[in-house]
Amino acid sequence: MSETIRVAWGGLTAKRLRFGLTILGLMIGVASVIILISVGTGSSAAVTNQIDQLGSNVLLVSGAPTLGGLFRGLGGGGSSSGPTVSTGLTEADASALENPYQDPDVKSASPVVNAEDVTLTSGETTYQPSSFVGTTPSYQQARNYTMAEGSWFTNTDVQQHNRVLVVGPTVVSELFGGADPVGQTIQVNGTNFQIIGVTAPKGSNGTTNEDDVVIAPLTAVQDTLTGYGNISQIVVQAKSQKQLDAAQVEVTDILNQLDPPSPGSEDTSNFEVENQSSIIQTSTASSKVFTTLLGEVAAISLLVAGIGVMNIMLVSVTERTREIGIRKAVGARRSDILIQFLVEALLLSLLGGIAGVIAGVVGSQFKIAGVEPVIAPYSVVLAFGAGVLTGLFFGTYPAGRAAALRPIEALRFE
Amino acid sequence: MPRGHRPARRPAVERGQRALAARLKRHQSPPAEEAAAPPPGRRPRRPNVPVVDLQDVYKTYAVGNIAVHALNGISFRVERGEYVAIIGASGSGKSTLMNIIGCLDAPTSGVYRLNGLDVRGLDEDTLADIRNHEIGFVFQNFNLIPRTRALANVELPLLYAGLNRSDRHQRALHALHEVGLRTRVDHLPSELSGGQQQRVAIARALVTNPAMILADEPTGALDTHSSAEVLNLFGRVNSEGRTVILITHEADVAAHAHRLIRLSDGRIVEDTANPDAVKQEKVV
Repeated sequence: MSETIRVAWGGLTAKRLRFGLTILGLMIGVASVIILISVGTGSSAAVTNQIDQLGSNVLLVSGAPTLGGLFRGLGGGGSSSGPTVSTGLTEADASALENPYQDPDVKSASPVVNAEDVTLTSGETTYQPSSFVGTTPSYQQARNYTMAEGSWFTNTDVQQHNRVLVVGPTVVSELFGGADPVGQTIQVNGTNFQIIGVTAPKGSNGTTNEDDVVIAPLTAVQDTLTGYGNISQIVVQAKSQKQLDAAQVEVTDILNQLDPPSPGSEDTSNFEVENQSSIIQTSTASSKVFTTLLGEVAAISLLVAGIGVMNIMLVSVTERTREIGIRKAVGARRSDILIQFLVEALLLSLLGGIAGVIAGVVGSQFKIAGVEPVIAPYSVVLAFGAGVLTGLFFGTYPAGRAAALRPIEALRFE
Repeated sequence: MPRGHRPARRPAVERGQRALAARLKRHQSPPAEEAAAPPPGRRPRRPNVPVVDLQDVYKTYAVGNIAVHALNGISFRVERGEYVAIIGASGSGKSTLMNIIGCLDAPTSGVYRLNGLDVRGLDEDTLADIRNHEIGFVFQNFNLIPRTRALANVELPLLYAGLNRSDRHQRALHALHEVGLRTRVDHLPSELSGGQQQRVAIARALVTNPAMILADEPTGALDTHSSAEVLNLFGRVNSEGRTVILITHEADVAAHAHRLIRLSDGRIVEDTANPDAVKQEKVV
């Protein structure tokens, strides 16, 4: 076998430029499969990550069903769903949901009010955060906030209407230029609040900057900013991912009992309970389609590369017709010639595949169209395997032609 | 490709010879009716069987709708150890005859026994094996494989015979030594003169120790000096007991052979001994 490989290698290196270009074609095909699948995987990972940032195992309860209410609510964007919008949700609803007998799958239910047009003032500096939320301590866990400095407020703070704040890192840099603000007192629309904690950076979830937030005890926000009307939403956390669907049913039942839809109305409920896992499923499905499409585009370039291999092998067979004739005259069987050219095609595609894997892995280290590519191991195996098989498949026909040449005609070939 | 993984097939040329003969037994005709006296072959394998035995061989090509009769009933024998020149003008059918003798083409009708084997109807791979064992080709334009060292070119038939690397190496070196190219084993064909290339080709023809050397216009592309060198080499090879068949259109080349077969229009018009064969000189 080593002899065959040596002969095939000699055949390939005799025409370096042609050999290099064919390998380049295969390399591009293989690399683009890897990179495009990485981009697809990366973007779906980014979407999943964004959804995870919304909180773990979370149900969002809002008033009259509105599409997109989820994102507005989750982003904490007080801009569109302030307390003035009558959602029909009350603090009583939230406490009713924290009933281990009626809804055993619910871990916590945090009432949320969003204050609009809030201006923070620290000395000379003022700043308007994109989100100002009043809630209860369980909100921290439901929304996956971790603390960089200080601590979250407690139930005692809520009961005693303590005017304390937890702020996001964006707010810190805007107001304090990055200095540790814990213990500082700032004015919120003229009322003094003390900063007791800074959240760890979460980044953007695509629509909202999760770091540009201010969170305060529900009671303090109601006292000073929003009044005691309806609340904006309730963030319900299920005990686990598995219990999310069960929790959704329980929450819907409880709320419908408390506030049944008016008789004669076509609405089945005055509330909308949105389930995080259904969003994940939708986005996963769409990103799968995206990844598949990208993979198909790349597969076409691999196919083109395969045709390149076939072309080059056909040229090689034609050029070496005489050599084939000589080999046959001195005793080469058809299989000897077939194997020689197949090994040549295989070497070509192996080298193209290896080069493509290297290029694909290197290329996937860079941010592409704003997406951090994530290399999927299956895509490397798939691209390499498909590359080699393509080369071998398209090399079969030229090799078969070489093997089928009649020695007498091959020897006469000029 | 070394065929170590299927040693039963052709572990060595000599053993392969026997295996091949056994495999082809069904094709084998009864022994020749007249037991010719064994020629002074160096290594007679079947001493009483002619190397080439053509009986009433016809070859017809279809060129468009016209049938071209290249060979019209050729019959002759070449015994072991003979030095035969087949001469004829172009179009006389000598190339067709050479292809048939060389198992590169099959006759339209008639019988061809090579070393006792009837080669009619054998498949291409079996013919490849026969060419490998029985025939050493020397072509007009040398037909060495380009970009391949002289040694590797000579090793080629042994490679297809399934010899291992060291045996191939040894035998090829020996063959190159025999043709006086010991110092050129690592040269590429492009680095050798025409005469040297043809000597490499002769070494390649000799290396499997075949039943005959079949040379097609071996001096056609060579100058006078190289031609003389090559013809001397054939003479010496023949004097060592090998059968040599030379196909040429040049009378002075044919004059080196001991027997002349003249072709014209696909028929043998003359088949005579050549007692005045040019004396062999010592090859340098």
